[in-house]
Amino acid sequence: MSESESIPQPYPIIHKNECKACERCIYFCKQKALEMSDELNDIGYQYAKYKGEGCNGCGDCYYTCPEPLAVEVHVPKKIIKR
Amino acid sequence: MSNKNTRYVEDNKNNNHDKNNETIKNYDKKNESIENEYETIIMKKSESINNEFTRGNSLKTTHYCGGCGHGILTKLIGDVMSELGIQERSVMISPVGCAVFGYYYFNCGNVQTAHGRAPAVGTGISRAEEEAIVMSYQGDGDLASIGLNETLQAANRGEKIAVFFVNNTVYGMTGGQMAPTTLIGEVTITSQNGRDPNYTGFPIHMCELIDNLKAPVLIERVSLANPMDIRLAKVAIRKALQIQKEGKGYSFIEVLSPCPTNLRQGVKGTEDFINKQMKKEFPVKVFRDKSRDVGSVLRKQSDFSIESLDRIFNVERDDGKSIVDDYSFNRLNVKIAGFGGQGVLSAGLTLAQAACFEEKYVSWYPAYGPEQRGGTANCSVVISGHPIGSPVADNIDILLAFNKPALEKFICDVKEDGVIFYDSRVGEFKGYNNIENYCVPVYEIANKLNVPKAINTVMLGVLMEYGRTKNNILSKESYIKGIEETFASKEKLIGKNIQILEAGAKWARENLDFKF
Repeated sequence: MSESESIPQPYPIIHKNECKACERCIYFCKQKALEMSDELNDIGYQYAKYKGEGCNGCGDCYYTCPEPLAVEVHVPKKIIKR
Repeated sequence: MSNKNTRYVEDNKNNNHDKNNETIKNYDKKNESIENEYETIIMKKSESINNEFTRGNSLKTTHYCGGCGHGILTKLIGDVMSELGIQERSVMISPVGCAVFGYYYFNCGNVQTAHGRAPAVGTGISRAEEEAIVMSYQGDGDLASIGLNETLQAANRGEKIAVFFVNNTVYGMTGGQMAPTTLIGEVTITSQNGRDPNYTGFPIHMCELIDNLKAPVLIERVSLANPMDIRLAKVAIRKALQIQKEGKGYSFIEVLSPCPTNLRQGVKGTEDFINKQMKKEFPVKVFRDKSRDVGSVLRKQSDFSIESLDRIFNVERDDGKSIVDDYSFNRLNVKIAGFGGQGVLSAGLTLAQAACFEEKYVSWYPAYGPEQRGGTANCSVVISGHPIGSPVADNIDILLAFNKPALEKFICDVKEDGVIFYDSRVGEFKGYNNIENYCVPVYEIANKLNVPKAINTVMLGVLMEYGRTKNNILSKESYIKGIEETFASKEKLIGKNIQILEAGAKWARENLDFKF
């Protein structure tokens, strides 16, 4: 697969059932990589979701999210060999 | 070959990056590489925040409204706790208000206190547990209003507490009423036309107030308006907790926080409100940082050992005696009542001590008004052959009354087969329900011995004589030991009081005809 050749990209994981649709992450995402869902989650809110591309791993969504368990950001880092 | 977007099942090791503070944080490093030359850094909540919140139906969400600053601050504090490696030593104090449920979220020691009382509880914990890192997390309704005095006092004492003060200019939990921090002109449900300073005063500036005190080590105001501010807030939290880790004293962090629900604002609205309005009234800055100039606060270690407490409270444990329960002797309720200053309470103490020497179970329970002299006072002394439940003497066996109000107040509680002794100065008394009663000229007897104040001891002498002829539960020796104990700090009064005790007994022997 061609995927194996590409450089790993950062991405957020937003646990949809922990989201209360406050939109902070969407508003503050400089990459505009997040959007609001159309459907509702299990606790009755629309929820923020990753568009699938555009994340630069800055972590702003992690910091600004008021639900401690809702957002995590995975950022691949190249291991520098000395 | 591996998948780019593999989701890891974390084993969440805590890495404490004390050195690299802002750039790498406490993110759990996954050393396993995606492709050989990559590692993944995961930004997620730290171990210091619980994995589940065991409140309500949803185990994964807080009770905070969507967009509330509390959740952000909670997460930041948790992050810093893990980064500094202080989770095991941490005690979080939750107040009354929106932050009341802190104990569901923070994975550390937790105490929930009465409204505004976090500083007092924090003081206690921090002084009792030298190693504890004490944090209080309080809102403006809690800290700046009902808890203002305690906050200033604790700050002034330089207690080893990190205070996180959430200022969102409004009472959240109760539904959006005006808070001490509400801005001039700001509309809340109790300031419908905007806060009017002529009517409700001005917003209270906590950092500035505390900055007038000498002891605090760190005073800083931060904001949660946007991700950049949030990162700066984390730096401040880190400083505050580092100070606690090193035991340096009081740190105070005020956090300007959004309340989208009660202020009816969206994300942009909250950011604008904090940046354009709150920051004008509450400038975001470091007011003081003495952390580099001060050392650890050194206090004498408290000694809470039983031996030490026994010494302080004068408790003797191994005097070779052990009380044996005697169920043939049921509780005897004695009520001694009169004006404050008549020796009502100390007569009770003497009686209780005397019963102690007879190896009886005893309780002494005073009740009195705010006056040091005058006013009314009474005490209940319960003497029993077996453990005493309530120390309150509701059904009185023996009433010693030193004035008329006391006699009238308690006479209806005296049992039918009870007995009443009253001060002759009470005046005419016709009796009540045929209860046995005796008028004692305590003042005359005490006066004859030139100690008119010792009317209480006279009455005890009469009681002693009554007891001797009735059932001899308390011996004269025990009464004398009781007097010695009660007057231990005024030694020269002991001899005189024993003399008065005997005079009372003698008078009773000669003048009273007890009927049994």
